[in-house]
Amino acid sequence: MRAVLSLRTWRASATPGQIVLALSILAFLMLFLVIPVATVIYVAFTERGTGSFTLINFYDFFASELFVRSLWNSIWVSLMTVVVASVIALPLAYLTTRFEFRGALLVQTLGFLPLVMPPFVGAVAMQLLFGRNGTFNLLLDEHFGFKIPFMEGLWGVIFVQALHYFPFILVNLSVALRAIDRSMEESAQNLGASGFRLFRRIVLPLAMPGYVAGSTLVFVKVFDDLATPLLLNVKDMLAPQAYLRVSSIGIADPMGYVISVMLIICSVLAVWLSTLSLRNKDYATTQRGGGGLAQRKLGSGEAVVAYGVVIFLLLLVLAPHFGLLILSFATVWSFSPLPDGFTLVHYTRVFGDSWVYIKNTLIYASLAAGIDVVLGVAIAYLVLRTKLIGRHWLDWLATASLAVPGVVLGIGYLRTFYNVTLPDGSPLASFWIIIVLALAIRRVPYALRACFSALQQISISLEEAAENLGATKTRTMRRVVLPLMMGGVLAGFVTSFATAAVELSATLMLVQSNDDAPLAYGIYVYMQSAAGRGAGAALGVVAVVFVGLCAFISHLVVERSQRSKGLDS
Amino acid sequence: MFRTIIVGSFLGALGFTSLAIAQAPAGKVTVVTSFSKDVTDPFRNAFQKANPSLTLDVQNRNTNSAVKFIEETRSNNQIDLMWASAPDAFEVLKGKQLLMKYTPKAKGIAEKVGSYPVNDKDGFYFGFAASGYGIMWNERYARANKLPDPKEWQDLAKPVFYDHVSISAPSRSGTTHLTIEAILQGEGWDKGWRTVKEMAGNFRNVTDRSFGVPEAVNSGQVGVGIVIDFFAFSAQAAGFPVKFVYPSVTTVVPANIGIVANAPNAAGAQAFVEFILSPAGQEVLLEPGIRRLPVNTDIYAKAPAGYPNPFKDPQFQKMIMFDVDKSEARTAPVDTLFDQLITFQLEPLKGATKAIHEAEAAIARKPNAKAAALITEARDLIAAMPVSETQAASAEIRGAFTGSKEKGARQSELEQQWAAFARERYTQAKAKADEALKIAR
Repeated sequence: MRAVLSLRTWRASATPGQIVLALSILAFLMLFLVIPVATVIYVAFTERGTGSFTLINFYDFFASELFVRSLWNSIWVSLMTVVVASVIALPLAYLTTRFEFRGALLVQTLGFLPLVMPPFVGAVAMQLLFGRNGTFNLLLDEHFGFKIPFMEGLWGVIFVQALHYFPFILVNLSVALRAIDRSMEESAQNLGASGFRLFRRIVLPLAMPGYVAGSTLVFVKVFDDLATPLLLNVKDMLAPQAYLRVSSIGIADPMGYVISVMLIICSVLAVWLSTLSLRNKDYATTQRGGGGLAQRKLGSGEAVVAYGVVIFLLLLVLAPHFGLLILSFATVWSFSPLPDGFTLVHYTRVFGDSWVYIKNTLIYASLAAGIDVVLGVAIAYLVLRTKLIGRHWLDWLATASLAVPGVVLGIGYLRTFYNVTLPDGSPLASFWIIIVLALAIRRVPYALRACFSALQQISISLEEAAENLGATKTRTMRRVVLPLMMGGVLAGFVTSFATAAVELSATLMLVQSNDDAPLAYGIYVYMQSAAGRGAGAALGVVAVVFVGLCAFISHLVVERSQRSKGLDS
Repeated sequence: MFRTIIVGSFLGALGFTSLAIAQAPAGKVTVVTSFSKDVTDPFRNAFQKANPSLTLDVQNRNTNSAVKFIEETRSNNQIDLMWASAPDAFEVLKGKQLLMKYTPKAKGIAEKVGSYPVNDKDGFYFGFAASGYGIMWNERYARANKLPDPKEWQDLAKPVFYDHVSISAPSRSGTTHLTIEAILQGEGWDKGWRTVKEMAGNFRNVTDRSFGVPEAVNSGQVGVGIVIDFFAFSAQAAGFPVKFVYPSVTTVVPANIGIVANAPNAAGAQAFVEFILSPAGQEVLLEPGIRRLPVNTDIYAKAPAGYPNPFKDPQFQKMIMFDVDKSEARTAPVDTLFDQLITFQLEPLKGATKAIHEAEAAIARKPNAKAAALITEARDLIAAMPVSETQAASAEIRGAFTGSKEKGARQSELEQQWAAFARERYTQAKAKADEALKIAR
């Protein structure tokens, strides 16, 4: 009786179309996230030998000094990375969106590139620049007799992570800033606010959804990232501990999966807290920021400072890419500020290979990003615009995917889909579409957060107005909501696309043939030998240029669409 | 482009040969390997030239993923061959019945290299190249930091190498595991661990990938690395300023290939095994980018001058007997001991080691018996082991690592005990060394 009643209230809470939408998203997430992951991590809840249910492994987790230390280290590093990343991203985003800033588009594109750091080779390039015997430290030591430990210990992780992931904040914050109407700032200025006060009291609060979306992503991503700590040889953090456990041979140990569960719990908790922080506040404005009027002029003194800050930040965050570029032309680069000589031979070596990699990367990353935005828009709409019971679970479920270690997802996919055969007899798991799904599922949160913040900034009164004029929900969505969200949607697309293009951990498990391999795999294959270092770097440069171009084109599209909207209004 | 030519010529050749010799293996041979492109490309090209009816499809995975992959996909296996260095990975596959028995027909392959049998005694996998473990260093780094040339493992324990040495974790790299096991077998459990921990006190870091070590040495981020020989030889071939030495206590072991059970193209897989064991295949090993030691003794006649020959050179004859069964019986405990006592306790261990070095330097300037006694105590504290050799191989401890049915300690319980044991002793050792320094000053 009660079940029937609750079913009825559930039905009453939404239209049938919304219920179907929610259920199909749920089915998708179950099939490609929950079930595959569950086939792997259920071990966390089993007793040794007998396989019966137990929580003793979680007791062991908290009894271990190493794991508890790792947990705190991870939390601390993630928080500090958000702080440092904000320091980098705030000026770049604010200056390039709210002021007449020449080259804003270029800055936006370049500021986005750090997200595209090819695996392995990126780390080598950073070591060669910032490492203990990298360019900077060798020069410092020679001229001043001291070294700066850029890349040592937890601060090293924070430094590298902040340089790597600040674009999450930059991209989401920029979109939010663009959406603020000039009239808000003008009113504030008329009332006497200016400079930093204007920024602190008016602009930043209005852009809060974008900032929170970006910093949540940074927090969760850093919390769950294992590559950077491992490459800096920091092992007492949670994600590396999980990875080291899960991927060792022959150890039937539940702890790796216990840590994975902890990672998922912490990530979901972080997202929950971030939604709490925005609750009960209204960020929506009915006015939408158009292009033409929106930007203020910088005074000449201000301009010098502003350009100085932007150029300094760009030099800093793009240093790894300069390193990569030099490495790709280097003959031998060992214990010296610059390589011994330069050559083109690495590019000729990868030239023949790279086309198939680029083609595959383009297909995989754009399909994956496409899936992500569709899911992102749908989930954001259901959570923010419907009263569907349990809608937040979709958000949390999708977000949990960020915390699933790639190798766990890879093994899960093999377990779930390898026994499903295609009509031609080959296993489903060896079909390349599986790589696309694995890439997509781990990036849903990127698109989701971007769409979420975009939708939060749109006033519901616009939709109500459309509906009052007789538009159906679908039509309102298509003609009003989606166009207004476009900036956020594209930000989500570009972020998903770029990170998918260089993802390795799940790919490495799922690639079944060189013909199906993406760029990251190609780089990995080269980077396993001394002679392949330059070639790997060359392929890395190809990846960065390729993703950079794609990002630039998307920014161009955003800019155009904003401008056209500005003219229309 | 290159691919299409190969595929084209393969199709052309197929048209002819399928009529002429119905028995000849044909089609695609899929090999999963941890070897880099520098190794696989020359082999693929030479193999396809020798067997025009076959194409080799190479899937690169690290050894752990390769093993997991073959295990997870066993119900619908699409892989013909597993090709990697670490013999223990093959042992795991063999233990899970994932390899197919085969007797290679190739002639001229040595029975043993050093004291290690080239082929699996049960015929499930076959050695195709030998590799020895040793010390690699960056000459520019060594010059800048005034490091002497190391010769023996004990050299790396000297104060001058403090913070200059790197190694990959034995739990992550089968090759390092064998190095540690060789030291333990060569010097005995207690003395061996003492040597390992004295070296470890000088570690700059413990990496999680075997290639991480040569990479850091090549780029000059770390001065000295404990590596498998071909990492150094191929780096030299690529022009990096690095040197390599085999210490006298080490071992040479074979890198292996095995046919996967239920291989879709078993005949093709056998053809590839025969090819890499044939003189033509063995000769590919001499290429500058590969530089591994052939197991066909005749090939060394064609090797460039100075190429190490494990079947002739006196340094290899001294190398100790390596007991494979003993190593297998305690693989997981040894790796976990290393991780819990060294990898995850590196900071306290290094702190204690540095304090000891400083105190010893002070004592050398101004001898003091009481301080010297304290240092001996401190060194003993560092060397102390939470488990004896017999315990390490006991059923109870092994059970904890294999998830056996019997009641007993869980792996994470043991780990926590061992870690606490080490942390406590490293702290005490540092206190004693600090005290010794005060007295000796």
